[in-house]
Amino acid sequence: MGTTTVMIIGLDHFLVLSAVLFTIGVTGVLTRRNILITLMSIELMLNAVNLTFVAFARYFGVMDAHAVVFLVIAVAAAEAAVGLGIVVSVFRNKSTVNTDELTLLRD
Amino acid sequence: MSPWLFYLFAAVAVTGGLLMITRRNPLTSAFCLVLSFLGLAALYAMLAAQLVFIIQILVYAGAIMVLIIFVIMLLHLTDKELEENRVDWKLTVPALVAGAVAVFALVNAFADRERFFGRVPEDFGNIAPVGEILFTKYVFAFEIISVLLLAALIGVVILARRRT
Repeated sequence: MGTTTVMIIGLDHFLVLSAVLFTIGVTGVLTRRNILITLMSIELMLNAVNLTFVAFARYFGVMDAHAVVFLVIAVAAAEAAVGLGIVVSVFRNKSTVNTDELTLLRD
Repeated sequence: MSPWLFYLFAAVAVTGGLLMITRRNPLTSAFCLVLSFLGLAALYAMLAAQLVFIIQILVYAGAIMVLIIFVIMLLHLTDKELEENRVDWKLTVPALVAGAVAVFALVNAFADRERFFGRVPEDFGNIAPVGEILFTKYVFAFEIISVLLLAALIGVVILARRRT
């Protein structure tokens, strides 16, 4: 503990940073009512998970996680495209991006 | 691995994320998220993940964020519409509790081991070895991804098309 743990960057530093970023993303999804910011928060959460993958890859010295991160980024790109397509479609019909007003399935 | 560089880039990533979820205008949020992604890209480079570093900048900070910014500008939200998108601070409490649990769990998961980074080969994280893994061990996932991207492509065109 003390100066050693602060000065030598180990796996824990990256894990804590990743958890902090993931929490920021969760907070964004829960608190913001703008669907665009919700989507961006999801992207941040995916990135936090990617950071964990890459940190573990460096720690264990295996590159499998890099391949997985590559696949995660491809899925994130597809997710962003579909999400934004839905946003555009919803905005065209309802003229709002506020998630509180999007209650089509409830009514 | 320089500790001060780690703290600098970690601060950039966290600050970008915090600004992203607190700004009123989604366009400002998007640029703050780009900042956060660039900080993360630098951290990937520190972890010797060169391919991931390049993909992060090209695809994430580049392509995906351009798509998001493009849609934000396309929607062109008025001030009145932005005013309605207030922040519901009550819900930060469960998020922060979940975050505390996540930090605790991650730090304790490997509590009985030395958790400092060892040495890795010279070509660790380069395109060639990662590509070899991707095209041998994960070739099925790789091919499925191409089908997924095609499905997303067609789906988005049908979703966003103006119905006449």
